[in-house]
Amino acid sequence: MSSTRLLEVSGVSVSFDGFRAINNLSFTMPSHGLRAIIGPNGAGKTTFMDIVTGKTKPDDGRITWGEKNISLRGMSEARIAREGIGRKFQKPTVFEDQTVHQNLLMAQRNKRGPLAVLFYRAGGKDLDRVNELAATIGLTDELARKSGELSHGQKQWLEIGMLLAQEPRLLLVDEPAAGMTLAERERTTALLVEAAKTRAVVVVEHDMDFVRRLNCRVTVLHEGSVLAEGSLDHVTSNQQVIDVYLGR
Amino acid sequence: MKLLLLLGLCVLAQVNIAWADDVLIQPVLQEQRETIVKSSRKTIGPAIDAVVASKAPAAQDVLQAWVTKDMWYRKDDGLFFRAEKVDSKTYRLIDFDTGADMGTADKSDIKQIKPNSGVRAMISTALVRFQLTDPDPTRRMEALIAIERAPEASLLAPLRLSIEGEIDPDIAARKARIERLLTIAYDADTPTRVAAIEDMAGDLGVDVRATLNPLLVTDLAAFPGAIPEGVNVRAELKPGDDVLSIADAYALLVDGDLAPPRVSGADIRNALAANIVDGKVGGISVHTLSDEFQRARAYVALSEAGLVPPLVTASDVEASLADYRFAEVYQVDDPAVTTAAQDALTKIELKVGVNQAIDLGLDALSLASIYFLAAIGLAITFGVMGVINMAHGEFIMMGAYTGYVVQQFIPDHTISILVALPLAFTVTFGAGVLMERLVIRWLYNRPLETLLATFGISIALQQLAKNIFGTQARPLTSPGWLDGALVLNDVVSISYIRIAIFVLALLFLGLFLFIMRRTRLGLETRTVTQNRAMAASMGINPDRVNMLTFGLGSGIAGVAGVAIGLFAKVTSELGSDYIVQSFMTVVVGGVGNIWGTLAGAAMIGGLQKGIEWMNPSNTLAAQTYMIVFIIIFIQFRPRGIIALKGRAAGD
Amino acid sequence: MQRSFVARNPSVLIFLACLGLFVLGVTVLSEAVGNGFLSTSFVKTLGKTLCLALIAVAMDLVWGYTGILSLGHFAFFGLGGYMIGMWLMYERTRDIVATSLAEAPIPATVTEIQEAIATQIFGVVGSNEFPLVWSFADSLVIQLILVVAVPGLLALVFGWLAFRARVTGVYLSILTQAMTLALALYLFQNDSGLRGNNGLSGLQNLPGLDDVPQALVSLWFFWASAAALGLGYLLAAWVVSGKFGSVIRGIRDNEARVRFLGYQVEVYKLVIFAGTAMISGIAGALYYPQAGIINPAEIAPIASIYLAVWVAIGGRGRLYGAVIGAIFVTLFSSLFTGGQVPDVNLGFYTVKWVDWWLIVLGLSFVLVTLYAPKGIGGLFDLIAHRTHPDRHGAPLGPDMGALQEKEAQE
Repeated sequence: MSSTRLLEVSGVSVSFDGFRAINNLSFTMPSHGLRAIIGPNGAGKTTFMDIVTGKTKPDDGRITWGEKNISLRGMSEARIAREGIGRKFQKPTVFEDQTVHQNLLMAQRNKRGPLAVLFYRAGGKDLDRVNELAATIGLTDELARKSGELSHGQKQWLEIGMLLAQEPRLLLVDEPAAGMTLAERERTTALLVEAAKTRAVVVVEHDMDFVRRLNCRVTVLHEGSVLAEGSLDHVTSNQQVIDVYLGR
Repeated sequence: MKLLLLLGLCVLAQVNIAWADDVLIQPVLQEQRETIVKSSRKTIGPAIDAVVASKAPAAQDVLQAWVTKDMWYRKDDGLFFRAEKVDSKTYRLIDFDTGADMGTADKSDIKQIKPNSGVRAMISTALVRFQLTDPDPTRRMEALIAIERAPEASLLAPLRLSIEGEIDPDIAARKARIERLLTIAYDADTPTRVAAIEDMAGDLGVDVRATLNPLLVTDLAAFPGAIPEGVNVRAELKPGDDVLSIADAYALLVDGDLAPPRVSGADIRNALAANIVDGKVGGISVHTLSDEFQRARAYVALSEAGLVPPLVTASDVEASLADYRFAEVYQVDDPAVTTAAQDALTKIELKVGVNQAIDLGLDALSLASIYFLAAIGLAITFGVMGVINMAHGEFIMMGAYTGYVVQQFIPDHTISILVALPLAFTVTFGAGVLMERLVIRWLYNRPLETLLATFGISIALQQLAKNIFGTQARPLTSPGWLDGALVLNDVVSISYIRIAIFVLALLFLGLFLFIMRRTRLGLETRTVTQNRAMAASMGINPDRVNMLTFGLGSGIAGVAGVAIGLFAKVTSELGSDYIVQSFMTVVVGGVGNIWGTLAGAAMIGGLQKGIEWMNPSNTLAAQTYMIVFIIIFIQFRPRGIIALKGRAAGD
Repeated sequence: MQRSFVARNPSVLIFLACLGLFVLGVTVLSEAVGNGFLSTSFVKTLGKTLCLALIAVAMDLVWGYTGILSLGHFAFFGLGGYMIGMWLMYERTRDIVATSLAEAPIPATVTEIQEAIATQIFGVVGSNEFPLVWSFADSLVIQLILVVAVPGLLALVFGWLAFRARVTGVYLSILTQAMTLALALYLFQNDSGLRGNNGLSGLQNLPGLDDVPQALVSLWFFWASAAALGLGYLLAAWVVSGKFGSVIRGIRDNEARVRFLGYQVEVYKLVIFAGTAMISGIAGALYYPQAGIINPAEIAPIASIYLAVWVAIGGRGRLYGAVIGAIFVTLFSSLFTGGQVPDVNLGFYTVKWVDWWLIVLGLSFVLVTLYAPKGIGGLFDLIAHRTHPDRHGAPLGPDMGALQEKEAQE
């Protein structure tokens, strides 16, 4: 693994109406590789993603990003996304009223200003890239279809494809395997492992089998802070982890 | 009690002792006969005084008959009688002193004394002196009211005299108060006046201010050179400052013939038009006169020729003004009195200000309760259920019309309101349930569609009401016992109907809390709202619960409609007048929280009254500014005053 | 995938052709240059309807495509009308005043003319001075700029406040409605500077063109309205056809997702909101000279809701739907409320359409919302046999309520 630090979250806390969802959480992510975050319900996994992507404003702590150590705190979601953080939601959220092609084109890394977008006309390079991505996620035949007509698994892939089209440096993926068939899972795993070769990928997952398949470093969250970190075998042998999570 | 009565009788006797029993009035009248018959305002004074001064028991009767034109005199012997008409030609004569019937007389033999209004006023004043000591308390009270209505310097003395013997504590207090006011207005002695003014300083009565204000009336005056001694100056003024504009100052000089009048633009134009000779005025051709400078040149040419008065230029005005000093001069000469009055008035105004603030607070409170009433149904349908019902205003209207219809059948207003309240609830409850079943049920989770569909219902209902009841406003009369107002003092008052609405709003708040927190329906409603699927799996029928909850919200709107109809005009637009404010109330307060709705209503009501107070002439502007304020307020608290935070808020 | 704009949007061509044919037909049948089959007042009605169709297109952009149910666009429409109305009224009054002052023995000064115009215009609200907002009333160019600038600026300020605070869904609708109400109430005041509830009148007379008959003027305005509608439609179709359209439809369906793709949602909303406000202003500026009078009642919140009704009945999320809805509803409304449809005698009760039309409209609107969410435009789908995607998951899209997933949680 590369030693360049891409994301550093340190001492972050946030509370809702007195309930501490995230409590003094620290977390670092190098610029390449795969990381899984596991933890019981209410451990703060989704809130953690919300904080990194700017959806939730933390009460305390620092979030620094990239080589220049820019602070992400106080940036808007759109700005953070343009900095190179892509996020995939738990539920597949693609624009169902639009074709797969349109979805991918919209996600593509290009100028995001209204004027640039208004006068944007897709050139050959962009179209090639769309086709390439479609091949990666296995939706080449579905390009002209409305994404609302896709199956659940196809939508998940489309969303991953959109994330890849954004060309982010960090990918946050929330429960990608939920509701998938076994074959679909394998394909998803392959997509994520492939993506992690060139960028950082953080996967929040519930499903231990899926995490095992990812074969990566694991961070265990509990009550808003990091309980343990290491290989899956390492953390699953940790007594604390067993107590709060696996043992139940 | 008995003792008091006895004491009272004694005092009464004492009062009456003042009148000599044996003095007859007829000789006094005879002495003054010429003046009485002449009946001129200028000369009648001594005659009235003589009647009063006679202290004869019949003096009051005489004055009474005189003022009502019942006093006649016999032509042959000149004796005065009270005359009663028997028929058109004959009159019965009654002697003043004895009250005896003196037989009838032919109309041609007697003559009526016809005092004109001026004389009658004087007689009335004299009568007041009698009435102030009349044994009958109602007569004494009437006399006091007469004095209040037309205060006069001459009434001060008899009033003071009558205070001592007064036994009725209310009348005594009133006499004392009027005596103070009359002293302030008319007493000749400065220290007495000042003392009276100081007594009344801090009294909120309108009468006190009405008495003090005339003392402080000023005139603008211009003085050549220094302001002379002995003039009671309020303030010296410089022409051109805030109080006295240069134009006004100059106009004052012009009015006093101290300076020539200015020539206005219109005057110049007319003068020029009147002096056109061969297409030229003063040697300047007419077509160039669309220019101000040319006009002035032409006018100066005319005035040099003596055809028009000279032009007064701005520098002329300035020069004239420099010769004079201007001041506001009190009409009352005595500085001690005016200073005391000014101080007293300042004190009173401060107190009035405080009381006005209280009054404003009460106003705001009652407006807030109206908004709360209008919004509480929405707090259920929109706040709890999340259904946006644009026809909510029309439910309010339906409630008001229900009240109107009930009053057509039950004439007793108290009973009809008591019938109308539950009936309005029933009617709008039914309408709400119907609407939920037919429309809203199919649009859950599609709020914008719900908004539009209910808007369609809203226009249909409004037009339906118009077709049934016509466009003119229908009355919904409140019961008699709600008329009038609770008056705390001359500044603070609140009408009973507003108190009733406030109480009703409190009742509804209690009802809402009770239903939502203590009943099965409330529990089920909250369950269904939070998680419909979970509720259904627990054996709750969400459709039924939604239907009943929506019906409840609508029913409350109907009851609110009856209440609002009591003070607003019942028209088909009644509801749409309240709908935006109602939604604002719920949104500003914070959706899904009844205390938020309460806070929202308080804020909107208070704000509107506050803005109206700052700009009293304009309620339209007040509403405009209020809405602008709300739009800005939403910036800082997008989820309302009382907001649900965190993940529960669903962001 | 990359074909020309028109090839990708054949409906634009069809629409423009229909519009062209319609204009040609009306011209041939008009009193001014044709055989006079259509009365001048009817030509005006048609011209006005085209303006309403234009604002409906704007409404469709902002609601059907971006998902902002604005109940305030008629305020922008009215403002556009006021801006052009100020110039029309000023210039016309100046002509009248100049004529009457020319008869005076002494030629009038500039101040006198100004005073006379002010008295003429503002006498009705008890004033004889020009308020500040009339500073540029004598300049057609500036007032024409204001026609787009004032609504645009108001929309920009309001939108910036509302979008920045992330007010969405029905809350935003209520807020826009409040804005409209505030503006209407403000204009109702006598000291608003725009003649209070008297409004501006006599706008049908073009200054300096007294010799031109109204028949011709009405035809000119009809042409102008048609041209504006055509251009507006073309612009709107171009905007929604490209990636911009993709983004705004994305905002409609899932605002948060678009944000995480790196687009500044607020800026896009603001562009659409202010842009459509400007189009509304232009539509209003063409409408009111044909109506002849504008007053604050025109801006009342109800008007903006009717606008939403037209678009919904026509079918939102498709531009021609908005146009059809506006034309269909307004023409039927004027037909029924104008007393041209015979009353129905039921024996026990006579249905007078003047009284019952609104009820029919309201109820049919409910029915459309419930049973035909695609509106009249949906009929074209039936004809074209276009199938609707069988959606899985959360029903999102133009016909199922924008942003519903999010709102449902609120």
